[in-house]
Amino acid sequence: MKYIDEFRDPALAKNLFRRIESLVGPAGGTKEKPLQIMEICGGHTHAIFRYGLDKLVPAELEFVHGPGCPVCVLPMSRVDDCIEIAARDNVIFCTFGDAMRVPGTRKSLMQAKAEGCDIRMVYSPLDALELARRNPDRDVVFFGLGFETTMPATAVTIRKAAADGQTNFSVFCNHILVPPPLRALLSDPQMRLDGFVGPGHVSMIIGTEPYRFIAEEFGKPLVVAGFEPLDLLQAIVMVLQQLAEGRAEIENQYARVVPANGNPHAMAAIEAVYEPRSSFDWRGLGEIDRSGVKIRGEYAAYDAEVKFGVGYGAGKAAGREPEGCRCGDVVKGLIKPPACPKFGGECVPERPLGALMVSSEGACAAYYQYGGTRREEAA
Amino acid sequence: MCLGIPGRIAAIRDAERRIASVDFSGVRRDVDLTCVAEGALDDLVGTWVLVHVGFAMSVIDEAEAQRTLEALAELGEAEEEYAAMRESAAMLEERP
Ligand code: SF4
Repeated sequence: MKYIDEFRDPALAKNLFRRIESLVGPAGGTKEKPLQIMEICGGHTHAIFRYGLDKLVPAELEFVHGPGCPVCVLPMSRVDDCIEIAARDNVIFCTFGDAMRVPGTRKSLMQAKAEGCDIRMVYSPLDALELARRNPDRDVVFFGLGFETTMPATAVTIRKAAADGQTNFSVFCNHILVPPPLRALLSDPQMRLDGFVGPGHVSMIIGTEPYRFIAEEFGKPLVVAGFEPLDLLQAIVMVLQQLAEGRAEIENQYARVVPANGNPHAMAAIEAVYEPRSSFDWRGLGEIDRSGVKIRGEYAAYDAEVKFGVGYGAGKAAGREPEGCRCGDVVKGLIKPPACPKFGGECVPERPLGALMVSSEGACAAYYQYGGTRREEAA
Repeated sequence: MCLGIPGRIAAIRDAERRIASVDFSGVRRDVDLTCVAEGALDDLVGTWVLVHVGFAMSVIDEAEAQRTLEALAELGEAEEEYAAMRESAAMLEERP
């Protein structure tokens, strides 16, 4: 955690903390029943822990860490599918480094690589396409992973591959969308959320309109925020202000980067290449309606699911989570990570049992790295 | 992978394929500009863009770029991104 004096603008930070303190009561927070504000994006989760914002805000306010870390919500069966494709003759399987350590039912991509599968870490789908160009006798498959921020990148890459007729290149599409799990969480009777801090870079692509249902149907405020600590604090002030005034609106703290209508070029690329799946499985949350996308038939030649007959709806049962692991309850914000019996013992960042321990954007890894919130909350 | 990283467009490498060479604190790599520009690209040389996995997603001003770089450095994410870029470039040069 950081001291307020280490913030970029300590005077502004102090002022924002003071406003949070004065607003939290009128907004309805009490020590017994703190307000629950969900930060959706894993980048925000990481920043909250890095700066200890969870410890610096008053006890009447609690952060609930949302499902916005794509590797954390990746079901084990999808990792198994990746390994199945990677093990095929002649395949080079390319992935972002983040996905390498996510546990599958039996092993991770890292282990599969050690056992001899040709698996490569790439920074960009463009590099996977380039690899295909340089290896015309191999089948290069790119693992398309992530929310709306990485979706335009794989969409544009597929269109480039199609324009080039690069038929030894395909994408194993596991892209997921941010708004549908929010609807699922808000509809869950176990959940008690008071407001949201919306993701910055996802919103830069999709704009603020797709969140409207949160205010209109569920009566909760959402404020899109940048991921600097001052941005986050500012967004929390804005959420509390809405709660105190009895408003529920979609507001934008990060307008310097997020236009209200998003990035139309990126949205057009997504629209041209992908279509929604009727439902998709999220680790810890289960099947959620229209929460994932697949590649349109027009680009079937570049769809690894079609090419290899592996993947969603191929008749496999969802992988079971390891015995005793509480990933689902953590993803829903029902418990804090240390309340999981595996936390810090059988499950640590070097040997993750659950996906939330894999990336620093996962709630369990962030807790492990930076220490948790107030002790009593862990119970 | 989820947080973009700011870089400065150094040159247009292939206008037809919408590819620019972008400078990330000294690491250069190809970036696709499809999502930030229609038509001519030359005016973009020198501007800052927010880049996600090799694709520019937003044109930003220099102050915003510096602020974002500082925040990413604090989170350790900037170094991770540069390392991923370097490793990916090295991987492409490896003999198959
Ligand atoms: S500690 Fe490990 S097993 Fe437990 S909830 Fe977190 S990631 Fe899952």
